[in-house]
Amino acid sequence: MKRLISLAFISLFFSLSFAQGTLVVARAADTTGLDPHTQTAFASFRLLELIYEPLVTLDGDLNIVPALAESWSFNDDSTVLTMNLRHGVSFHDGSAFTSSDVKASFERILKEETGAASRANFTSIESMDTPDDYTVVFNLNTADVPLLAAMASVGAAMVSDEFIASGGDFAAKAIGTGPFILDQWTPEEQTTLKANTAWWGEGPYIDGIEMRVIPDETSIVAALRAGQIDFALLNDPIAATLLIGEASVQLNQVPALAYHVLQLNASREPMDKLEVRQAISCAIDRQEVLDTASLGYGEVTGPLTIPAFKVPTSELFCYSKDVAKAKELLAQAGYPDGFTLKVIAASAEPPTALSEAQNIQAQLAEIGIKLEIESLELSVYIDRWLAADFDTAVALNGGRPDPYTMYTRYFTKDGNLLKVSKYVDDTLDSLMAQGRAESDPAKRLEIFTEFQKHLTEMSPWVWLYHDFEYTAQQPYVTGFVPNPTDSLYSFSQVKLEGKQ
Amino acid sequence: MFSYLVKRILSFLPTLLGVSLLVFLAIRLVPGDAITATLGTEAGMLTDVQRQALERYYGLDKPAWQQYFIWLGEAIKGNLGFSIRHGKAVSSLILERFPLTLELALFAIIIALIIGIPIGLLSAIKQNSIFDIAGRFLALIGLAMPNFLVGTLIIFVLSVYFRILPNAGDYADFATNPLKNVQQLFFPAFTLGFAFSASVMRMTRSSMLEVLNEDFVRTARSKGLANRRVINRHALRNALIPVVTLIGVEMGYLLGGAFIVEQIFALPGLGRLTINAVSQREYALVQGASLFIALNILVINLLVDLLYASLDPRISYDDSN
Repeated sequence: MKRLISLAFISLFFSLSFAQGTLVVARAADTTGLDPHTQTAFASFRLLELIYEPLVTLDGDLNIVPALAESWSFNDDSTVLTMNLRHGVSFHDGSAFTSSDVKASFERILKEETGAASRANFTSIESMDTPDDYTVVFNLNTADVPLLAAMASVGAAMVSDEFIASGGDFAAKAIGTGPFILDQWTPEEQTTLKANTAWWGEGPYIDGIEMRVIPDETSIVAALRAGQIDFALLNDPIAATLLIGEASVQLNQVPALAYHVLQLNASREPMDKLEVRQAISCAIDRQEVLDTASLGYGEVTGPLTIPAFKVPTSELFCYSKDVAKAKELLAQAGYPDGFTLKVIAASAEPPTALSEAQNIQAQLAEIGIKLEIESLELSVYIDRWLAADFDTAVALNGGRPDPYTMYTRYFTKDGNLLKVSKYVDDTLDSLMAQGRAESDPAKRLEIFTEFQKHLTEMSPWVWLYHDFEYTAQQPYVTGFVPNPTDSLYSFSQVKLEGKQ
Repeated sequence: MFSYLVKRILSFLPTLLGVSLLVFLAIRLVPGDAITATLGTEAGMLTDVQRQALERYYGLDKPAWQQYFIWLGEAIKGNLGFSIRHGKAVSSLILERFPLTLELALFAIIIALIIGIPIGLLSAIKQNSIFDIAGRFLALIGLAMPNFLVGTLIIFVLSVYFRILPNAGDYADFATNPLKNVQQLFFPAFTLGFAFSASVMRMTRSSMLEVLNEDFVRTARSKGLANRRVINRHALRNALIPVVTLIGVEMGYLLGGAFIVEQIFALPGLGRLTINAVSQREYALVQGASLFIALNILVINLLVDLLYASLDPRISYDDSN
């Protein structure tokens, strides 16, 4: 009998210590909250996109693909969007996902009291009809093709109408339809997720995920080398590129949608003069900024970083440095001897901001512009940025999968962030409107190519480069597909075969 | 003695009140609030109604002076507020994080004393010898190398050459897993202790040199006492008084949380809690944590003063004096 018990103990011990089903993930920044509709931090998305699902999602090439909606269609003038929902989907509390949940979710986003920053993307929704449990009809007050791409985000995640109706606390409880179920969240320490065995898709193939916060990225790299974690999210290119050539660890990189940019405040002298803005654009060798600040790991870009909408930089205004032209433009504007400007940069977000500012400072000195750098703590920077309280700003702005959603906030007459960009003209405004209504991809490409050419010529901002989204993993982790939005949704397909 | 204690403890109150007011003002004078800290630049996408709704949610809709008095009223009742992000009371968050910080501080000080006192003593006894020069050189290195450098070097060496990392974000507390806990805390404590050992070493050396020249030591020697006995019984005890002061100061500092070391070694201590609260603009948590840290320093200063009396018979807090 004793023997049996000890045998049982031994086998229990081994089964425990050899349970290899949990994916251990490390990252430097933690989720800031659990409500999918009010969260905007990328760090929050990385957790919430495993728990909640939107109607559509983006694949590794940024194509819109089905998630909770199986198919969809616009009417001829793009003012009515009909979506057919997936059958057999249930929330983590067991209730079925139907069209009434879709309606309630969008109503929650659109309700101002919710405080959803993504609401601005969905204001074209006039009303919603639910003819049956699996059909939703969105009636729009204007033609809105980019609406679909805007839906492919955690900000438009589907939540349960019963949970909303019962006054559920979204900050405390996360009930989605996604491949993983939230087990426990200890802020700044650890989040544990378990597999949703009732998930509608194939998978997940692991028992769960343990997401740990290791605030220092060089320590994350060390943990990978030491084999103590399976997967890492890396934000700092300097830390990520330490792993290049490291045989035992696999580094994934995918071109990022976010772009590094020098924003000029066109409401301030002398940047209100077109020639001055153009002179600044002509004086900056973008590749040099990239080489200095991000060690060359990235690519010089125009305004649009979405692969399908990229324009060769040779076709954009002054993308090769031309000091003579810059000086001539400055002289035309009445500043032959240059002037002094200030630039704001956040001290660690992105980690490269200060190096970018310093390199731009050196380059602008060549045409007599003296740039003074103000390094600010992130929240202070954001406050000044939102109030447009700067001459120029080094920024890393997030990209969107659709050009309209990406820039309507900045360069249309009723854009929410026109108060920051401080520049719009009729051409930009009308190109944006055309792009919103057009559904033919070839024609959209034409419209947004013209948009980019005009925008770079007017030079309200100087677009610099985009870098890579980095993740790193042990070689035994298979099935992960790196995504330009940095999404971890494909963790549902991850397998851990051969983990020691 | 008792009335001295009561007087000292009563004097805590105005200090704590001053600290709370100062921290309250400082954190609100810094631009940005919980909304911009959480939403980042997306805060610019909010409509006025949305912004007001969020201000109500974060308790920012009342004027600042009202917020202070509401907070103070609750604090007196023992309620330090609630952290929305953590979903927990501020006081329970602080008490959850404090054991790690205390353990790390004590561990670091023990390491510093084990390194610092013997080398300091040896340096003083064998002044200007090769030991002394080597000891002083070591002390200079300890003083000159900042924590983030020592910590990062330790991690680099351990991970690249030994393929281990003291803590991969899975901190275990002493009660659940003492062995793992000590393994995880040794290197961070060493990082902190190494820097502090330099101060201990220098202080021990200089005060020992001073004491060794005092009359009572000469008297003891002239009585024919063995050198070892003179040092152990008479000199060391007196030489350690300034070291105790030093420990008090360092302890107060460490109990405020060793933010950089906690950051590098991924330890969920009081320092990281406080700094994250500042960057997230979690006002209640910042106020609660700084009040707690201030209280720690006051208590430690009191303990150090009491310890003096037991080390040095000339110091006494009795009412008759």
